[in-house]
Parts: sequence; structure tokens; C-alpha cells
Amino acid sequence: MLFFMETVISGLLAGVMYSLVALGFVLIFKASGVFNFAQGVMALFAALTLVGLLSGTTPFTHIDNPAFAMPAWVAIPLTIVVMIVFAILVERFILRHLVNQEQIILFMSMVGLAYVLEGAGDILWGSDVKVIDLGLPQGAWDWLLDGYGLYIEKIELVAAGTAVVLVAFLAVFFQKTRIGRALRAVADDHQAALSVGISLRSIWIIVWSVAGVVALVTGVVWGAKSGIQFSLSLIALKALPVLILGGFESIPGAIVGGLIIGVGEKLAEVYGGEIIVAIFGRWYEIDPGIFSATENWFAYVLALVFLLFRPQGLFGEKIIERV
Amino acid sequence: MNVMTKSTVTEDGRTIGGVLMAVDNITLRFGGVTAIRGASFDIREGEIRAIIGPNGAGKTSMLNVINGFYHPQEGTITFKGEQRHDMRPHIAATQGIARTFQNVALFKGMSTLDNIMSGRALRMKRNIFWQILYNGPARKEELEHRKYVETIIDFLEIPHIRRTPVGKLPYGLQKRVELGRALAMEPDLLLLDEPMAGMNVEEKEDMSRFIIDINEEFGTTIALIEHDMGVVMDLSDRVVVLDHGDLIADGTPDQVQRNQGVIDAYLGVAHD
Repeated sequence: MLFFMETVISGLLAGVMYSLVALGFVLIFKASGVFNFAQGVMALFAALTLVGLLSGTTPFTHIDNPAFAMPAWVAIPLTIVVMIVFAILVERFILRHLVNQEQIILFMSMVGLAYVLEGAGDILWGSDVKVIDLGLPQGAWDWLLDGYGLYIEKIELVAAGTAVVLVAFLAVFFQKTRIGRALRAVADDHQAALSVGISLRSIWIIVWSVAGVVALVTGVVWGAKSGIQFSLSLIALKALPVLILGGFESIPGAIVGGLIIGVGEKLAEVYGGEIIVAIFGRWYEIDPGIFSATENWFAYVLALVFLLFRPQGLFGEKIIERV
Repeated sequence: MNVMTKSTVTEDGRTIGGVLMAVDNITLRFGGVTAIRGASFDIREGEIRAIIGPNGAGKTSMLNVINGFYHPQEGTITFKGEQRHDMRPHIAATQGIARTFQNVALFKGMSTLDNIMSGRALRMKRNIFWQILYNGPARKEELEHRKYVETIIDFLEIPHIRRTPVGKLPYGLQKRVELGRALAMEPDLLLLDEPMAGMNVEEKEDMSRFIIDINEEFGTTIALIEHDMGVVMDLSDRVVVLDHGDLIADGTPDQVQRNQGVIDAYLGVAHD
């Protein structure tokens, strides 16, 4: 039982990480209908920038100069500024020119953006694996391990806490404020939004900036766990099944979707083999280790099943239309 | 065109002021197709101005030119004495032009209340930092605007659907919510693109009453496109008639009804 709980909890915590990635996608998809393929790279880029500033790396040369090293309270706001500038550039050079274009064109531009940004990260900060040190706690939670025998990593709890705060903040911001309403308006109908005087451009900049901040949090949390490396940009793909589960337009969907995938993956990995053996074992000889590498594909199979039965996702807006 | 034209008083006692909006020699082309050919007319303060014409005459295009969705190749638009080559949606909205759309363009996922609140977007000034805090000034501002929106909801007699997502409402009510959103902007010029399309007689009567009340109580100038001739002739002070992009008549409902060119355009005429 204890082992089962440990599996579920660590699944939930891993799920929070997926949720964070998915969140960035949802924000941008809601506002501009663009599937932001570059979200993973944005997380990587933000984390690289933050590490670069923290360790005083000179851009382009990749040489650390401790004299320029900034404390975290300077480096974090500065990184956010960098992500806002990035948002402005995206609006100025991509979105503005692609208004009212086909989805696929926007998507291709995002694929392009992902590669440009990845290259920029490489040129500016170098391609070696970096360690981020923001003083986030490492290792297992001692009292849980000693008292209950549960092995839970501290960093995962920190990630979960951060995600909760971030989501609560975004929920209030988008439901209760004028900008939130304007954002939902833009998501629904560009022309109508324009007619009431909502500026598409500023909404896009705001949304991309917020997505940039979410990317920074994602990058830091993932980076603290596994080092900041270029494979971080691939976590974008992990967000896809989460989005299919949760619905592309739903913030709660991104959260719940992430959690389901996280727990599902862990459970499948641990118990999947036994279950298969229990069912088919009397006819076939099956290696119980058959499910030990599920993490690579389980999420996608789950997403496929969902596509069959609930294509709009758990929380996706069902398109209500009177004909 | 003279902005200072003296005001007149209509039979029912409303005051029609000087020229609020003038379009001058507007030509709009899409590739080889000319949607509007050198049309000029004006809209006076406080009047209800109708734009009519058969399908494809260029009526909606004209509305789109006025609020800046389309940019004409030739001509000028003068609004409140300011002459422009073309309008921009954002400028139009800031300067006090609101509109509704032919095929209802509401924010379908949002409630009636939020839809109408979005019409207040330009009037809310607290910046993003206050809104992030969602407290103090931003919250107070939100409440003030909410109060105004409630008066509109009462005026349009839709308090019962306040919280309903508009996608679920019947068409007639959706049109009313859309009108509410435009009204929330407290516009000087209200553009209505076929406000009564697809409505039954009762709904049309309601809508006509709202249009008259808006014009009388709020003093809002209204330009509307409508196909129901009975409604047009009853409501409007002056009528512009477009046909295949040409302006073929401009005058009071009586004058327009007697105009041979208009009769030909509507009934068809033998081309031989």
C-alpha cells in the first residue's frame, strides 16, 4: 500500500511538471489560436538566460566571468524582461504578418521559431549542460522518508507549490480582469474584438510575455531536476498528450491532464507488467518487465484513447452552435 | 462638406445636428472586383440613417470601410471633422464608433455579462500592474463599469440571461446581446448590420423599439443596413441606396421610394 501511495504521489508530482509545460501552450492557444511549438524551446532559452546571468557568462563567448555574476533577485527579473522583449519581437516579426492566415501556416512559423530560438540559445550561451543553482532544495524529504518510509523529492514538492501559485494567479487574472476578458474575447472572435477597441497586438504581447514567464518557471524546475540541456526543448512533445487529455483551451484541463498523465505513466510502469501477466499469463509466457519502459509511449496511447471518445478533451470547450 | 450645417428638428421632435460622419468619393476594390464605386454621403448627428440595396450592393463593405476593417483605394472619411484616407478599427472604436455584425460576432464562450463588459474595454484605464494585483483601483473600476453594464442589460430587457454563455442563446437574443455590447461603448455613431435579419415579427418589433429608444434616449446617431423595407421606411430619417457598388439614391424614405432608379434596382429592369 505504501509503495502504491509512493507511486501515485511521485506520479502526481511528475504530472505537475507536465502541467507546467502544457500551461504555456494553453495560454497562447487561447489567445491567438496558435499551437506554440516553441514553448519547450522558450523554457530552455529562459533557463539558459537565467543561468548565464547568474554565473556571469559573457554572451557569445560562453566564458564565465564571476565579476559579472548577478544575484538571483536581479537575474530573475532581468530574465523576465528578456522574455518580454522576446514576446514583442514575436509579435512584431511573426504574428503581425500572419493575421488571418491558415492554422498550418501559423504552425509552420512556430516550428521555424523553435529552431531559431534554439540556435540563438546555443550561440548566446553555449550548448553544454548547465547546472542551475537557485538554492532550491535537493534530495528526499527526510521526515517523510523516516516517519512513513515515503521517498518524495523536495524539488518536486517545490515544483508543485510553484505550479499551484502560478495557476491560481492566472485563473484570477484571466477570469476577473479587463485584460483577461479581452484575451478571451480575442480568442473567440478577432473582428468583434477589434470592433470594441481591443488591440490585438498588445493582447498578443501580453500573452506571449505570460507564456514566457511560465516557460521560465518550467525551465528552472525541469532544469533543477535534470540539468539545463538542449533535450529540455523536447518536453514540448510531452505536453501534447496532456493537451489532448485536458483540452487545448482549458487551464484547469492542462493541470488535470498533466496529473492524469503523470500518475498513469507511473502506475503503468510499476503495475502494468503484473496486470498483463495476471490477465494473459495463463495462456502466454510473459516477462513481467514488459512494461518497464512505458514512459516513452504510455501518454500517447492514453491520448489516442481520449481522441476516440472525447476529442475536445476533458475540459475543452465543446463547440456550442445553434444552426 | 460643411460640418457646421445648421440643425433641424424632425416631425417627432428630435434634433438633427450637423454632419457627424462624411464619406467622400469612396472606391473600394478587391482585385478586379469593384465593391464600391465613388460613393459619397453623410450622416448627421442624431439621425437614423439607413443604407439599403439588393444583395451584393456593397452595403456591408461600406460599413467595413467606415469602421476601418476595409481600406478604400480612393476617397476620404471624415469623422467629427477629422479627415482621413482610411479608418482603423482601433481608431474607430476610440473615437466612438461601435458596430454589430451581419452574422452575430459575439464571444461565444463568455456570458452575456462578460460580452457586454468587453464593450467597456476602452473605458477602463487601470493598467496591467493594477490588474495583476486585482485589488484597489482596478477592482473599484471594474465595479463602476459593471453598474453601467447593468443599466444596459435592464434597458435591453435581458437580465434573465445575464450569466448564460451566449453560444446557447437563441439567435434573436444573441443579436440583442451584440447590440448591448456596442451600446456599452457609449458610441457617438452606432453601425448596425442587418439588426433584424432572421427575426420573427415580434422580435423585429422589439428590435425596432430598442433602436428608436437608443436614438431618442441616448441621442446616439445610428446607421443601419436592413432588408425589411417596412422597418427601414418607418425608422430612418434618410436613406442611402446602393446598387452594384454605385450610390443610386439618397434622400428621405418618401423620396427614395418614388425614385425610378431604386424601383428598377429592386424589381429588375429589362436591359435591352
